[in-house]
Amino acid sequence: MNGASGFEIFWWAVIPYVALAIFVIGHVWRYRYDQFGWTTRSTELQEKRWLRWGGPIFHYATFLAIGGHVIGILVPASWTKAIGISEPVYRWFAAAAGTVAVVGVLVGVAILAGRRIFVTRVRATTSPVDWFILILLLVEIVLGFAMTTVVNLLGAGYNYRATVSVWFRSLFAGSPNVHAIASAPVLYQIHVSLAWLIVAAWPFTRLVHAWSAPVWYMWRPFVVYRSRRANRPNEPGTSGRRWRRIGVRY
Amino acid sequence: MRIMAQVCMVMNLDKCIGCHTCSVTCKQTWTNRPGTEYVYFNNVETKPGLGYPARYEDQEQWHGGWTLDRKGRLTLKAGSRLKKLISIFCNPDLPTIEDYHEPYSYDYARLITAPAGTKAPSVSTRSALTGREMNPTWGANWEDDLAGAPARALQDPNIVALPEDAAEKVKLDFESVFMFYLPRICEHCLNPSCVASCPSGAMYKREEDGIVLVDQDRCRGWRFCVSGCPYKKVYFNHRTGKAEKCTFCFPRIEAGLPTVCSETCVGRLRYLGLMLYDADKVLAAAATSDPASLYEAQLEVFLDPDDPAVATEAERQGIPHDWLAAARRSPTYALIARHRVALPLHPEYRTMPMVWYIPPLSPVADVTAAAGYDDAEADNVFAAIDALRIPVEYLANLFTAGDTGPVRSSLRRLAMVRSVMRAHQLGQDPAVHAADVGLTDEAAEDLFRLLAIARYEDRYVVPPAHAEDAGRLLAQHDLSGCSLESEGGPGMGGDGPEREAVPGFHLLDEGSADASVAGRDNRGRLHLRVAENPAPGPFGLAGAGGSA
Ligand code: HEM
Ligand code: SF4
Ligand code: SF4
Repeated sequence: MNGASGFEIFWWAVIPYVALAIFVIGHVWRYRYDQFGWTTRSTELQEKRWLRWGGPIFHYATFLAIGGHVIGILVPASWTKAIGISEPVYRWFAAAAGTVAVVGVLVGVAILAGRRIFVTRVRATTSPVDWFILILLLVEIVLGFAMTTVVNLLGAGYNYRATVSVWFRSLFAGSPNVHAIASAPVLYQIHVSLAWLIVAAWPFTRLVHAWSAPVWYMWRPFVVYRSRRANRPNEPGTSGRRWRRIGVRY
Repeated sequence: MRIMAQVCMVMNLDKCIGCHTCSVTCKQTWTNRPGTEYVYFNNVETKPGLGYPARYEDQEQWHGGWTLDRKGRLTLKAGSRLKKLISIFCNPDLPTIEDYHEPYSYDYARLITAPAGTKAPSVSTRSALTGREMNPTWGANWEDDLAGAPARALQDPNIVALPEDAAEKVKLDFESVFMFYLPRICEHCLNPSCVASCPSGAMYKREEDGIVLVDQDRCRGWRFCVSGCPYKKVYFNHRTGKAEKCTFCFPRIEAGLPTVCSETCVGRLRYLGLMLYDADKVLAAAATSDPASLYEAQLEVFLDPDDPAVATEAERQGIPHDWLAAARRSPTYALIARHRVALPLHPEYRTMPMVWYIPPLSPVADVTAAAGYDDAEADNVFAAIDALRIPVEYLANLFTAGDTGPVRSSLRRLAMVRSVMRAHQLGQDPAVHAADVGLTDEAAEDLFRLLAIARYEDRYVVPPAHAEDAGRLLAQHDLSGCSLESEGGPGMGGDGPEREAVPGFHLLDEGSADASVAGRDNRGRLHLRVAENPAPGPFGLAGAGGSA
């Protein structure tokens, strides 16, 4: 870390850890206190014609993009080289596949944002957090598009695996390589910074629904029976599930 | 043999006057909150008609319930589990709010706040979703008493499914029309497809009494239960993002009280009682290949509480003694199995529904009378039942997957009860016709007692849940959250606790979209209250028609 300015250390080493801490603690907190709020808050009842396209396109492209991030950031360049994939080949592949993903996400989020803005019924159910996270995702995706398509597919290209990825992995090794990220282009730096904001905001938004992906449904018996279990009675007046507002007595 | 007990309802359609009292009291009890404005755990439909949501009975359109695959195995009509997970981002079978109705109220305040003038002020319709003016075109009881029937009723799936010659005879002109009311709640099915469709496993059937519920804490809003239920009796709360459904008033049932819809039914046509059934037989029965045999198959699943072998086994399996005693007195068992006058609603959905119906004899009798016959004379009614192919086939499409046999036999018995009782009154020999329809004199008397003069305690035989379970039961009661429970609650002159859930992330949610749409009123309840401020336009401007 020698040679890095205090600001750089704060921005590229402290903020990430803080964001991760908020992410973990926030999820534990929300899961324990707000089971009732833990939902997709689907708006399909209100509007379906746009969602039919926007929902699937956005989600499938997002999964593709998440997969791409795993390959590009978590897998070191030396590994891909070891199996015989040279840097130019890798870049062309990543830029092409990445473009498919990012265009999908972009179209998807545009449809979703469009229906939130223009369909009155959907707009009326949209809370400030929904706006916040949707706009954040929108900006992040536009930046992603600029990097993947404009820089890497159509432009000169940038080997982020030598800087951004190295720094990202170093965070988890416990010794943040601030130099690596500090030398990356501003575009990449903004994208990464916003990503930490998303990570920190995640537990407090509807994005928590992602962790409840009901894969288990594939194997469980169709009809679920439950008997009355012995349970501790709820705290009087709380209905047992509501958010406990700090400083507010029920 | 795995013996289970289920609370079950029978409704005698002959007596329903279509007053909607049941819907209103149910709504005031359970769904008077934001997000549930369009939700009717109990609703009353005029038949023939499209129902609520529109055309819900057409499973080729909605894909609710079960079907048999090529090998004859039971599968969800909506498709495989994998297909569900793949289409989870937009459920292709989910009805939208237009299929129900956009909830609305009126800006009554205008009556008072309108400036002085010569014209009397009028109130306009306001959407409870957006706060804007709207023009209602469909709703939960839009078709009351056949309103709009000439334009719409022929699309009733039960009419569409009639054979061509019968369909041609359906008349909607005033003189020859027939109609009756069909009150509907959740069927609390023995083989619930809503439970089977829920990807998170948040829905369950209670082992003790068979009531089907949604665990509000585990529901994640995947909304497949809504489309999975062929009766469309699971609703999506658009404020909380969670599914809600008829609870069979379980807090009342546990206390040995009838459901609110039963308690308040003006026609006194609802019966509540226990049914014992063999849980091991349910799946095989639901997989019966011929849909017309599903009614018989379901009867086979029920166990006779008077059979000593059943009683011994039930007791061994832990069914409490008083529950067995209640099962023996059960009016629903009598109407369904002993006298076979009650029939299931749409058994062809293969969910094994547990709210059964006594088909309406009156529309048939009316036609007999209109044709100049004495409708009190059973023979005439029999002739009419057979001549009147349309109502009987229509009823068969509702209750027996098209097989007119059981409907005809039920109607004949009902006609016979009237005839036998009239003979009693007039001192004639009642047994003359009774034997024709397999109705003994005692059975006729028993049916008469049940159908005509049964008192409260005979209509509702609900054994209370066991006292030793009381502490545990509390854990399931959160849905009912009593508004008097808090210090300073309405009973104490205060505001009461907040009733409705707050959408999204609660801490940041203050003064959000909530304020624009029907927030809670100052007593913590929503009476279809409509926005004080309409939803803002796209860029924060008040939208068109949004002037309050
Ligand atoms: C992991 C599995 C996931 C599943 C099964 C899933 C499923 C869903 C469903 C059912 C909805 C509601 C759609 C509707 O009916 O309105 C939804 C909405 C949404 N999901 Fe996901 N999701 C997943 C992961 C993700 C991820 C990883 C993200 C983002 C990073 C995401 C972002 C969103 C957003 C932003 C919305 C709201 C869309 C709107 O504006 O209406 N989801 N998701
Ligand atoms: S009628 Fe009730 S129990 Fe049956 S499938 Fe529908 S919601 Fe489930
Ligand atoms: S309260 Fe009774 S009579 Fe009135 S509509 Fe409901 S079921 Fe029919």
